[in-house]
Amino acid sequence: MTENAVVATNLTRRFGDFTAVDHINFEVKTGEIVGYLGPNGCGKTTTIRMLLGLLEPTEGSASVLGFDAFKQTEEVRARCGYMSQKFALYDDLTVLENLVFYGGVYGIKDRKRVQETLNLVGLSGRERELTRGLSAGWRQRLALAIALVHQPKLLFLDEPTSGVDPVARREFWELIYQLAAGGVTIFITTHYMDEAEYCHRVGLMKDGRLLAFDQPSALKQTVIRGEAWDVAAASLTVMVEKINQIEGVIQTSLLGDLVHVIIGPKKITKDQLQAKLSQLGLGEVTLSAGEITLEDVFMSLTR
Amino acid sequence: MALINAVNLSRSFGQTQAVDRLNLSVESGEIFGLVGSDGAGKTTTLRLLVGALRPDSGSASICGFDILTQTDSAREKIGYLSQRFSLYEDLSVLENIRFFAEVRGLELKDWKPRCMELLKFVGLENFTERRAGQLSGGMKQKLGLASALVSRPQILLLDEPTTGVDPATRQDFWQLIIRIVAAEGMAVILTTPYMDEAVRCNRLGFMRSGRIIAEGTPSQLRDRLEGQIIEMQTNAPIALREQVLKIAGVQDARAFGDKLHLRVAPLEAQQVIQQLHSLTGGANPRLIPATLEDVFISLTLSEEAGSHD
Repeated sequence: MTENAVVATNLTRRFGDFTAVDHINFEVKTGEIVGYLGPNGCGKTTTIRMLLGLLEPTEGSASVLGFDAFKQTEEVRARCGYMSQKFALYDDLTVLENLVFYGGVYGIKDRKRVQETLNLVGLSGRERELTRGLSAGWRQRLALAIALVHQPKLLFLDEPTSGVDPVARREFWELIYQLAAGGVTIFITTHYMDEAEYCHRVGLMKDGRLLAFDQPSALKQTVIRGEAWDVAAASLTVMVEKINQIEGVIQTSLLGDLVHVIIGPKKITKDQLQAKLSQLGLGEVTLSAGEITLEDVFMSLTR
Repeated sequence: MALINAVNLSRSFGQTQAVDRLNLSVESGEIFGLVGSDGAGKTTTLRLLVGALRPDSGSASICGFDILTQTDSAREKIGYLSQRFSLYEDLSVLENIRFFAEVRGLELKDWKPRCMELLKFVGLENFTERRAGQLSGGMKQKLGLASALVSRPQILLLDEPTTGVDPATRQDFWQLIIRIVAAEGMAVILTTPYMDEAVRCNRLGFMRSGRIIAEGTPSQLRDRLEGQIIEMQTNAPIALREQVLKIAGVQDARAFGDKLHLRVAPLEAQQVIQQLHSLTGGANPRLIPATLEDVFISLTLSEEAGSHD
């Protein structure tokens, strides 16, 4: 049986004249990992605060784990875990002391559960280490342990891998996949496309509205109706301006040693683009097949 | 000529070797990315380069000036946007940048045109009177950049400049950096833990435990991956991973949202793809270019394996 962990129905929040969240609708299945993206101030945090029952919707409703998020706040919160980007760990406490302290906040007194949580995130053996001395990756795991100690069914992660290197990030995601496979639903906000790519589905908000909500691969196909080519040339800043003037070019972005170009299908072919670029007299130009990225999707929807 | 030069730069804090015999040179017009996690030594490297910290050994020079013996001349050439860059929230945009100009010793007749030129460049010319505290995150970042540029530095050091900034704003910020570097021939060092950020630099150094473990252009680094990456669609990445790991030639398999990424031994890709076809049918396996993340991980793992010998 697949039931929905989160159902938002016409969820709306106004602050005075300002509509922070504007009639959004979505469903998140149990065990699903959802990434939530959008520019600063787009309404992501307001949405999460409504889902956690911290803020009353002006209109619409949200059901979280079968409870009304606002009217049954206690039930919801007891079943949700939250890990913030700026998680507050006590640096002068040990790993174990931090977890025991936060577990106590949730009423977890069972040492066995505390130990299980440490095992789960791979921190067993480090119980007595001072939190101050932990690397970014280990701190992040401790923060995750704190969010997990009361066995939540829904986990909110706010930019969870800020400041963590790719190896630690992959390991972190292995854990997240394990939790999701065990039926925990995961809701993640992020600004980084590296991270969004790991999610099962990605929602994209702008100006309070939910513009898209789909699998990363589906978004790349449906939002970007074109193909990507990466252009290598000598003077990229001049080149990017010229490329933008060519008919059939949908969007460009500058990478360090390449211009990433999206061209519209049936409007211009790779060979035509190559020919036009060679005629500019800006030296040798090479095109290689590019990949459509989630960043392309984000740009296209938010611009 | 390299505008930034570091030779065997080392610095420890107690037992921690924060920067370990680091060598680095960055030329005019180049954006060099130092990529690594918190604690890898990125910020310490920048602080050594601006002379805010003394190295235990090794040396660094900025535009030919030794940072230890010719500190003032070297520092004059540097614009530094630190991670904890602080604006005076109750001062206006113009007052903030003016403050930086005066600290940098710009003459009265010079500071205003220079500040206005930079505010225009970063798109803040219509917000000169707004209090910095009222700016959005992206605008604060741009004001920080303008302030770092006010003394016409030849060297720009940016410590995780776009942390917490959304992708559209980030793209704007990068366009500014790339344009000004091209126009003024500056040398830039930028730090980041994110690969989608790193890919925009001209050259990268992957940093771990105070050392640069690999260096090159993004394309050169991608070529250093031994083997190839196959991507396949799946609704059950965890279950499928168990199966594909049994195929000969598959070295690693990682879940990636609704996809699985397989790293396969050199020359084994076609053979593996054929087996994947018969294993799964509709999963549409295909070769994709290695990402910088794949490279970073494989280099780090082989480094760790090596250090256990």
